[in-house]
This record gives sequence, structure tokens and C-alpha cells, in this order.
Amino acid sequence: MYSVNYHRAASVADAVKKVKAGDGKFLAGGMTLIPTMKSRLAAPSDVVDITRIASLSGITVSGKTVTIGATTTHAEVATNAKLAKVCPALCSLASHIGDPHVRHKGTIGGSISNNDPAADYPSAMLALGATIVTNKRQIPADKFFKGLFETALKEDEMVTEVTFTAPAKAGYAKFPNPASRYAVTGVFVAKGKDGVRAAVTGAGDNGVFRSKEVEAALAKKFDAASLDGVKVSAKGLMGDIHATPEYRANLVVVMAKRAVAAANG
Amino acid sequence: MSEVTINVNGRTVTKTVEDRTLLVHFLREELGLTGTHVGCDTSQCGSCVVHVDGKAVKSCTMLAAQASGSSVVTIEGLANGAELHPVQAAFKEHHGLQCGFCTPGMIMAAVDMINRHPEGLDEATVRAELEGNICRCTGYHNIVKAVLAASAAMGKASKGKAKAA
Ligand code: FES
Ligand code: FES
Repeated sequence: MYSVNYHRAASVADAVKKVKAGDGKFLAGGMTLIPTMKSRLAAPSDVVDITRIASLSGITVSGKTVTIGATTTHAEVATNAKLAKVCPALCSLASHIGDPHVRHKGTIGGSISNNDPAADYPSAMLALGATIVTNKRQIPADKFFKGLFETALKEDEMVTEVTFTAPAKAGYAKFPNPASRYAVTGVFVAKGKDGVRAAVTGAGDNGVFRSKEVEAALAKKFDAASLDGVKVSAKGLMGDIHATPEYRANLVVVMAKRAVAAANG
Repeated sequence: MSEVTINVNGRTVTKTVEDRTLLVHFLREELGLTGTHVGCDTSQCGSCVVHVDGKAVKSCTMLAAQASGSSVVTIEGLANGAELHPVQAAFKEHHGLQCGFCTPGMIMAAVDMINRHPEGLDEATVRAELEGNICRCTGYHNIVKAVLAASAAMGKASKGKAKAA
């Protein structure tokens, strides 16, 4: 790791000020940033630890409205009893990120800000139609995820929380890479009052996206059988050593079926 | 440089270290606690697992400065004098190790796992929960046996045992 200056922020304003002072990065769980710095792929001049800002952590559920603070860990999301009552799919998703040690540190805000094309949370945010709240504004998930590791966030902008209305039904299924547990392909489906939304992670050449084919099939009937015979185009899908675009296209349908089956319990 | 104060195994220590110092290097090189191992460069192997404020984390993926103000327990902090912790005793009894390199991380992960599952553990849960700990020697069978035995011995009847009985 290259030399770096560590700061601990007392408040969101303090964090933003400290990040702006140099070529700084916000540091939450560090489950991506620290490994990237260790391998010298990232070399920020400063890291600003935001995990001691109490207002950024925690889960509130009021009625169907769910709000999750940016530094809430995957372990906290996985085991939150109130969230499990209204949106168990999100608890299940969080319980399969990485491994137990990663889940103790990694945060929802960090995951969506990094927007790794194979991360789990971006698909949930997109399918749930979540609102990403930052220190400056509110951004709908549809406008937040911009591409590979790219989001609508500006340099001095920080995610503070995410909020969404729990849908009537939701489910998530992924085909995990056996080594990293990142999604080779993962699909989050949600059936809410505005219809069905299905978001795919791990497969898109340009990061997380909504699958028109899956949504159209499920709009008729929210049932795994509705996806029988549905074909997803391999165009625009990722090809790498783990899977070809065609293989991923097939996985989209298979994972969508499993997600719907999970949602229908 | 930063002044870092951490309670390690019940003793509060303060050192001035480079900000980029990883917690695992702080433990091994500043404090001489070499029971915590480094088995990879990529945050994947789990041989560096310690408890920070009661939770299992990879000490190779955290700056010492991030842990300032926290309490850390390492493998050296588990035994009570000559008396092994029940998880250590179970690894010995069930031969849950061969070369021993992964063992400190395995044991710290197992203690955390048992703490988080007071209802008891079954084999599938133990195997899933060991996701973040790699062993090059044992093939895991005896590690899983040891964790199940320790879970039962720690007064928390494991689901697997209850079913077998
Ligand atoms: S040394 Fe391998 S995960 Fe920490
Ligand atoms: S006993 Fe050798 S690596 Fe596990």
C-alpha cells in the first residue's frame, strides 16, 4: 500500500471537507477500498473514515417505508428482524455477500457507491425503485447507476442513506462465483404497486440493468412458469473467463425463475 | 503517522504508526502477537481473522488506525492460562488441523460463529459459515467436526446432535 493519511470524520460535513482537502476517498467498511489500496490499484492521498458518524448507521421500518443508513453493515441488514418482516429478500441478499467477516465490515452505502458490476445491492436498489439519499440530493436508483464502477455521485458527494417502499413480493437469486461469491449473474425481482421490476447484476457489459424480457413475462403472471421459453439476448452482456455472454443470458432467465420462486415462498 | 490506542486481549496499548499500517501488521510487528497469520494478499484466506469489538473481521483488510478505540481479541487471548478455550480443545481433540497455518483464523471464525448461533449449529451451517476461511491441508472435515463439537460443548445443544439423538 502506498502511503496515505487517515482521518476520522465526526460528521457528514466534516467528512466532505476532509475528502476535498486532498485526493481523498470516503472509507466505510473498506472491503473493496483497502484490498484495492493493498494491490496499489488505488492510491488516495487521504482516507476519511465515516463509520463513527452515528447518524449514518441503522435501519428504520415505518409501515412499508424502509430506510437504511449508508454505513449499515451487510450483517446488520441480514439479521434485522423488522426488515425481515417487510422485505426478507433484502436480508437474504445481504446474508450471501462475501463471507461472515466481510459482512461484519462491508456496508450498503459502500457497495452501491462502488457499483461493482457484479455486486448484489445495485440490483436490489434498481428493482425496488429505491431512492439514494446523499448529502446534497435524492437520486432515484434508475438515475444513480451509470455504468461499470460509475454512479451519479459527484466528487464531494456521499451516500447517507437509501430508502424504498417494501413491495408486496420480492426475491433475489444469484449464481455466485465459487471463489469470490460475487454474482456471475444475479436477478432481483420485485412486485410492487407500480408493477414488476427485475434487475440483473453480474451480467451486463455496462453494469446493473433492468431486463425488459423478464419484466414483460412476469407482468402477465408473477410466477416462475411465466418465464418458461423466455429468451434473453446475449447482446450487451459480459463475456469473461467465468462465463460467455450466451451463458449469462441463459442464467438471467434461470436466476429470475429462482428469484420469483423465492418471492412467492 | 497516527497515534493508535487499542485494547488487545485486555491490555490497552498505544503506538505511533504509519497510517497505512494494517491491523495484522500492528498485531504481529508492533506487539509481537504472531499467532494471527497472513496467508494471502487478496483478503480471501481468513488466516488473519481476529475479533474487533466482538465481531470476526479480517485484520489484513483494516488499518490499525480504523481500530483505534476498539477492543481486539486475537488467538493469544482465548486460552485461560494453560486451559484451552473449548474451541481450541475441540480442534485438538478432533484433529482439526494439519500444518496449522489456517488454524488461528479458523478458531477465531469458529468462536464468532458459535456466538452468533446460540440456537446451535448443524453441518451445513458450519460449512457455509466457513466460506471466508481457506485450509490447504485438512479437506475441512475435521474442522467442521471440531466446530460442531465445540458448539455442543459450549452448552448450546447443536441442531445436528439433537436430530441424531
Ligand atoms: S491474510 Fe488472507 S484474508 Fe487476511
Ligand atoms: S491445516 Fe494447513 S492450511 Fe489448514
